[in-house]
Amino acid sequence: MPTPQSVSNPIKNNLKNVPMANFSLKVNGKTLSADVSPDTPLLWVLRDHLGLLGTKYGCGIAACGACTVHIDGAPMRSCSLPVSSIADTKITTIEGLSEKGDHPLQLAWDEKDVAQCGYCQAGQIMSAAALLQKNPKPSDADIETALAGHICRCGTYHRIIEAVKLASAKK
Amino acid sequence: MSSSTQYNRRDFLKITTTASSGLFLGFNLLSTKKLNAAVYAAELADNFNFNAYMSIGTDGIVTIFSPNPEVGQGIKTSFPMTVAEELDVDWTKVKVEQAPLDAARFERQVAGGSGSTPHSWKRLRQAGATARQMLVEAAANQWKVPMSECSTDKGVVLHKTSGKTLTYGELALEAAKITPPKEVKLKDRKDFKLIGTFVKGVDNPAIITGKPLFGLDFYREGMLIAMLQRPPAFGLKLKSFDATTAKAMSGIVDVVSFKNKVAIVGKTTWEVKKARETVKIEWEKENNLESTDDHNRLFKELLKSDKAEVRRKDGDTEGVFKTAAKVLEAEYQCPFLSHSPMEPMNFFAHVTADKVELIGPTQNPQPVRAEVAKLLNVSIEKVTVQMTRMGGGFGRRLRSDFALEAAELSSIIKAPVKVMWTREDDMTGGIYRPACRYRFRAALDKDGTLVGYQLRGASINAGDATRAGNNFPVGAIPNVLIDSIDHKSPITTGPWRAPITNFLAFAEQSFLDQIAEATGKDAVQFRLDLLEKAQKSPTGAIKYDIDRFKAVIQLAAEKAGWGKKKKDVFQGFSVYFSHASYVAQVAEMVKVKGKPVLKKIYCAVDCGIVVNKSGAMNQVVGSMVDGLGHAMYGNLTFKNGAPEQTNFNNYRLIRINEIPEVEVYFVDNGIDPTGLGEPALPPLGGAVANALYKATNKRINNQPFMNGNDDLLGKLL
Repeated sequence: MPTPQSVSNPIKNNLKNVPMANFSLKVNGKTLSADVSPDTPLLWVLRDHLGLLGTKYGCGIAACGACTVHIDGAPMRSCSLPVSSIADTKITTIEGLSEKGDHPLQLAWDEKDVAQCGYCQAGQIMSAAALLQKNPKPSDADIETALAGHICRCGTYHRIIEAVKLASAKK
Repeated sequence: MSSSTQYNRRDFLKITTTASSGLFLGFNLLSTKKLNAAVYAAELADNFNFNAYMSIGTDGIVTIFSPNPEVGQGIKTSFPMTVAEELDVDWTKVKVEQAPLDAARFERQVAGGSGSTPHSWKRLRQAGATARQMLVEAAANQWKVPMSECSTDKGVVLHKTSGKTLTYGELALEAAKITPPKEVKLKDRKDFKLIGTFVKGVDNPAIITGKPLFGLDFYREGMLIAMLQRPPAFGLKLKSFDATTAKAMSGIVDVVSFKNKVAIVGKTTWEVKKARETVKIEWEKENNLESTDDHNRLFKELLKSDKAEVRRKDGDTEGVFKTAAKVLEAEYQCPFLSHSPMEPMNFFAHVTADKVELIGPTQNPQPVRAEVAKLLNVSIEKVTVQMTRMGGGFGRRLRSDFALEAAELSSIIKAPVKVMWTREDDMTGGIYRPACRYRFRAALDKDGTLVGYQLRGASINAGDATRAGNNFPVGAIPNVLIDSIDHKSPITTGPWRAPITNFLAFAEQSFLDQIAEATGKDAVQFRLDLLEKAQKSPTGAIKYDIDRFKAVIQLAAEKAGWGKKKKDVFQGFSVYFSHASYVAQVAEMVKVKGKPVLKKIYCAVDCGIVVNKSGAMNQVVGSMVDGLGHAMYGNLTFKNGAPEQTNFNNYRLIRINEIPEVEVYFVDNGIDPTGLGEPALPPLGGAVANALYKATNKRINNQPFMNGNDDLLGKLL
């Protein structure tokens, strides 16, 4: 924390102008490119440069899960992944989870009417999708472990568990 | 999609290349039309306006405008449901549009105080019933039959004897020309088809597929991004800054300063964030730099002060405490809390000579408009406010500060700009649930009857911390003194879900259990006896309904099997009246390896008629989880004016692996709806603390519970 007596912001030497570079990314089955500084987190490349706004900013330090995407099928926090670190990986965002918005989890989320404000739900669904991919019939404990890295400030957790179970049962 | 409800056309995303850097995005919130008040006037071809709330197309699609901001409380679904019920239209033919702020057309466009549904219930029903009657009249005219022979069902007018039918779409053109009736008959509750059913959120399809809906998702071609550096502690002001490095960084357009803040303006979020870190700022002291330790000392002084303001006085407390056979006393304290909605504060503004355009997440658009007009010294007619869906609010977005920042910045840099707060900005930038400390005293006479009651509230920037001056148990006790005293601090505060009662209820319900124990009575029976007394021999004015209060207590006790559980199951009771609704809860604990574990919470709610079974359940369960999480963990502390918690790594919120089972019951009494966004939160902490006492014989009087009580609590959740 900055203490009030220390009167200036810390200056980080590594924050000098970093030359832009062109990054080619495989997102949702398409190859897209962005001219950005190599330290730009994937989250902001998706949102500011590629127009994929489903991946949300919540904390910027991988503590809330709102920005979860799949990197080669594994759930990752895009707010903490520099774009330079993910070359040649396959990136999937909520927009690419299914073609028609009909992934079993998306349908279950609607059927159970999980969302309140809805802001964290894309991230929750992405982690749940990675879970079901690995473990199609998860126990309650498996679901809780897989989603414990996510925060839902509205407190929709009960219905999240119900929805994951519903999708798992239908899959 | 599995849902067949029609949705608005929000889901298109326009990507255009700009000369400068990469891609900027334009997505338009209300389709392609202009963003002024005419947007929702349904100037769509083949659509006809019936009133402020709806238009009907010749295709039979009914567009219902939802005037109140959607913050997750489900109003964007339940308001249109209420209109659709009386209109008698098929819900799958209803399309919902968010209306912008328009004080001329709508009342109370606020998401706060759990007041939207109670305030609008009759008005929305009348809007639907009026349009329905106009459609019936148009059909009757066409068929040349009396209106009394016509009926409606699912968007169709029927003439029973002839078997003729006309759809609302076929009738829209003629019906819209009819003078609206002054009086209409509303449906009997038994005829409701939609109200009281499980209806899914109208934005679900957009939410689960990641469509842009929220303020942070608003982009427009040419829009700039800004982050502001605000004073790092309450009590500091800006002295000077040097942005030489920042200004030379890639993507940075400008660095400007206003109102003790430095704004870094650029093209993309990451560039702006990085540049902000290079700005050298000197701050200077302009006020006290307060710490939590200071507040802890201050609370003790305030509780002893003779300057408290009296809020309620019945009988003679001084006398009765002197002669009491037994006096009980307890103190309870809560810390500051951050609202921490998942979407941090942000707002878009575009200020030009002709108009001020404001778009973003606000719970309270009318003050945004008025305050911006005043700030920029422009006539209010020039200012428009459009509400995006909000990624939570919890009271934080009732304030206008973030919108004022955007407007002021746009007027300085003369460009459209979105001001973004990082999570750290959001947590350390002010407007918190105020910290409070309460002292309760109870006087029992020789028969163990509660004859005197004192409550003193001490607070930091809460105003009156005892605001429930005529709430239970007041009315049931002959001698009462309630007073409060407030310390004015540079630390900013504001309403936080169930303001004041979010902690006061915990303190009061804990104390009532202590009194019950001292009188040898069962906790539930003790409360029922007090209510009985308030009914038979009330003292002073009360604002609660005794029969509704009793009913909700009895329902919770019955469903939880109160008093009938095995010895190794520990239950705690709590009940609270707020926002015109009644909620009783029973928390149930067991012991695992000698430590208490919260297994389940039973909850009984009387909010009158339930509009949307799904939305109502979401509000109740969400409030309970919210109340539990903050009672357990929520703690924002200060050192020399600066918040010590900055992000979710050191400010703990409840997570999915920490929730107990819940069982919720609604009282079915047919009374017009009362509040539901908040009332299930206040009683929660008391139920848990009272169960904890049964399980451990120890009372925790301060929140958060997990603050120095690790040994006692183990892993409670």
